[in-house]
Order: sequence, then structure tokens, then C-alpha cells
Amino acid sequence: MPQLARDPTLFSTYKHQGEAYDSAVCRARGGSYNARMLELRGLRRLHVGPIDLSIGKGTCVSLMGASGSGKSALLRMIADLDPHEGDALLDGRACSSMPAPEWRRLVTYVAAESGWWEESVAAHFAVDAGLESLLPAVGIAREAATWPVARLSTGERQRLALLRAFRPANRVLLLDEPTSGLDAESIGMIEKLLRDRLAQGTSILMVTHDAEQAARMGSRHLLLRDGQVEERAP
Amino acid sequence: MNEASLTALDLALAGALVVLNAALSLLLDLGVARSLLIAGVRSVVQLLLVGLVLKTVFALNSPLLIAAVVLAMIGMASYEIVSRQDRRFTGLWGAGIGAGTTMLATLFVTAVALATLAPSPWYAPQIVIPLAGIVLGSVMNGVSVSLNAFNTSVVRERAAIEARLALGDSRALAFKALQRSALRAGIIPILNQMSAAGVITLPGMMTGQILAGMAPFEAAKYQIFVLLLLAGGSGLGAIAATMVAVRRISDTRDRLRLDRLAKS
Repeated sequence: MPQLARDPTLFSTYKHQGEAYDSAVCRARGGSYNARMLELRGLRRLHVGPIDLSIGKGTCVSLMGASGSGKSALLRMIADLDPHEGDALLDGRACSSMPAPEWRRLVTYVAAESGWWEESVAAHFAVDAGLESLLPAVGIAREAATWPVARLSTGERQRLALLRAFRPANRVLLLDEPTSGLDAESIGMIEKLLRDRLAQGTSILMVTHDAEQAARMGSRHLLLRDGQVEERAP
Repeated sequence: MNEASLTALDLALAGALVVLNAALSLLLDLGVARSLLIAGVRSVVQLLLVGLVLKTVFALNSPLLIAAVVLAMIGMASYEIVSRQDRRFTGLWGAGIGAGTTMLATLFVTAVALATLAPSPWYAPQIVIPLAGIVLGSVMNGVSVSLNAFNTSVVRERAAIEARLALGDSRALAFKALQRSALRAGIIPILNQMSAAGVITLPGMMTGQILAGMAPFEAAKYQIFVLLLLAGGSGLGAIAATMVAVRRISDTRDRLRLDRLAKS
């Protein structure tokens, strides 16, 4: 976006004017824009931050960076899973102003390593979630709804953990390498599901090591380096 | 009561059993000889010393001295609890949770027992010290086993706990299952002891009283009284310990705080 970057009325730097950037991109694309969907103000923990960023409604933002650069740490800070400085806001409501569980039902983090606390797969899903009908969309047999978790492969667990996190309430999904280690067909299915969520207005911040996936899915691209995010051209 | 006094030879004969065990261990290369002998010697020395100390305490009959003895016993129990933790909390919490909950449960149960037995004076050392001691032992087991089970399972189940928290479960809900199983582990010994009492084994205290000449039915009543105190004490201690542990391993923003556990 060189022509946007030179327009001083829009913003001065990418890093601190993410909102203006978002707004500019959306206006440029002729889309509707909700500038205040997710805002990060001075998030900081250990070597990551302070980070200011804003992400508009229905936007998918890719987050890349070397291993150990703090990508997971950033997602976890946004979900308020670790102590940190700064605050995150959703539609102007600060995370710190609401109970943490309520925030996490709106802004949901899905870790790279999935966790399971019941024996059966079905026990991890709401009774009315209609698990059986959802399974084919991620390439898993309907019968898996009746399986014990121990019977699932790593890839199946990863896909089910994503399905589990998709709830009507979430407005923002923070996905930590959601498709790493999956085959091309499964990746295609997951990406389709993510696009459906984006179309419904959910925003996604996605850590990925796959530049092609970042290009396919992301409308904005961030690189985390030396504890700071840099906006990158697609 | 006719007390059958034990001679040093009697004790030496019993000690020979431990030595036999140690010899077997050496012969079969089982690796327990050293710890068995050390524990054997330790228990003999400790019990003889305690016998001497109690003799003096009973003779002096001073409430302050009795309180000091009980506190010293709680202190040593707390040390045992800390040393039995594979993953303990950092800082003062490491010893504090065990010591605090042990003290709370022991003092409460001992007070209830004293109110029931109503000795005269109420601090009679012959009653207070053995009572506090036996309650303390049971509370210590309940607290140390449940605390250790809880902390190690939290580390093991980190991914599951964090998945629940990330999906919007409260910390109370996310830790519930672990808290329950840790509590269960802590009270299993006393549950077993109660279930087996009289059927599979005669409890140690009752055995001692019968050997020392007490009527079996009287001994049984005392044993029931003590067993119920022990059950109450270890349950109370384990509940308190796991409740405090849940709060300490998480924070008010419902986060898992493994950083509050010392590295193993």
C-alpha cells in the first residue's frame, strides 16, 4: 500500500496506528469497518511488547515470526492467560473490566497443543453443539463423536480442538498454528471453516509458519520481531 | 491396669526383624537395606527421646510447656509435608500451605476432642499431647498426600486446564476434577483404615491398649473415638490444603500460575 503509507492524514506509522491502517484498508477495499472491534493497548510481557494494535471486524490477520519470538505469548496475553501489562479492548470494553472467563468466551485462544479433560470426545462439546453433524466438515467420521479421546490421532485432536472453540459467542479467535502438521485436504477444510467464521464477522489472529497460508487467509500480515509487530505487505 | 513392662531384650528381638529385612535386601540386591536401617534407628532414637521429654513435661504440668511441645510437633509435621512435595509452591507458600492447614485442622479436631473428654485440668498433658500427636499424624498424611497429588497433577494436566480456561471456564470449574482426585488420594488411607478396622486388622492403638491390659470393649470405644477424630482431621486438612492450593495455583483473572511452583 505505498499510496496509503504516504498519506499523512491516515497515519504516521503502522505500528501505532493499526486502527487507521485497518480503516484505510477497509475503505480502500470498499468494505464495512468496525474500527473498535479488538484493540491492544501497550500489551507487554517479558521480551514481548509493548504492542499496540487494532483489528477490525471479520478480519483475518496472520502473525509470523521466528520460533521463540513470542507469537504464542502475544496470543496468550490477548486472551489474558498470562499476567501482563497493558490492556485489550473488545468494542471498547476493556478485558480488565470484565471477568476473565467472560472475556475468553468472546476472545478465544486455541493453543497449538490441544488439551482434553474428559474421557469421551462428546463430553468436551455442548450437548446442543450438534457434534456429529460438524465432524464431516473437518474430515472426521461421524462415529468419532462416540469415541474416547485416546482413540484420536494428533491431527484429529487438533481439528476437534478448533471445532470445540467455535462457539456462537466468539468474536475473536486467536489461533496458534491451527493447521500445522495437517495434510493438504484437512488444511483446505479448516480454512473453509475459518472463512465461514470470518464471513459471520468473527475476527481471526492466526499464528502460522506457512507464508502461503498467510497469503491465502490473511488480509493483514504481521511479523513479530524483537518483541514488536511490524505490518507487512501481503 | 496391669502394664506389661517391656525389657531392652524384648525391643532388641523386635529390632532383629528389621535387621533380617535389611540382610534380605542386601542378599537379593533390593536396595532398601540402607533406608530401612536408618529409619529403624531413627524411630528408636526418636521414640526414646520423646518418652524422656514427655516424662518431664508430664511432671512439670505447665500449660506453656505443653503448648510449646504441641507447636514443635506441628512444626516438624510441616517440615515433613514440605519435604514430601515433588512440586512445592515458591517462597513462604511452599511451607505455609502445609503448615497453616495442618495447624488449623489439628487444633480444631484436638479442641473438639478435649471438649468431649473434658479432662481436668483441660490441658492435662497425658491427654493433650498424645491426642494432638495422633491427630497431627493423620492430618499430616491427608495434607501432604493431597497437596502432592494436586500439584503434580496440575503440572501433568497443564494443557487440559489451560484449554478449559481458554474456553471460558472459571478456575473453580477448571480445577474441580483435579481437586477431587487429590482430595480422594489424601483420605484413602484413613478410609481404608476405617473400613478395615477390626475386620482385617486390630488398629495399633487398640492393640496396644489390649496388650497393656485394658478391657477389649473399652479399648474398642477409645479406638472408635480416635478413628473418627483422625478421619475428621485428615479430611479437614486435605480439603483446606486443596482449596488453598487451587487459589494459589491460579489468580483472580482465572489464569493457571505454574510460575508459582518451584522447579522440581
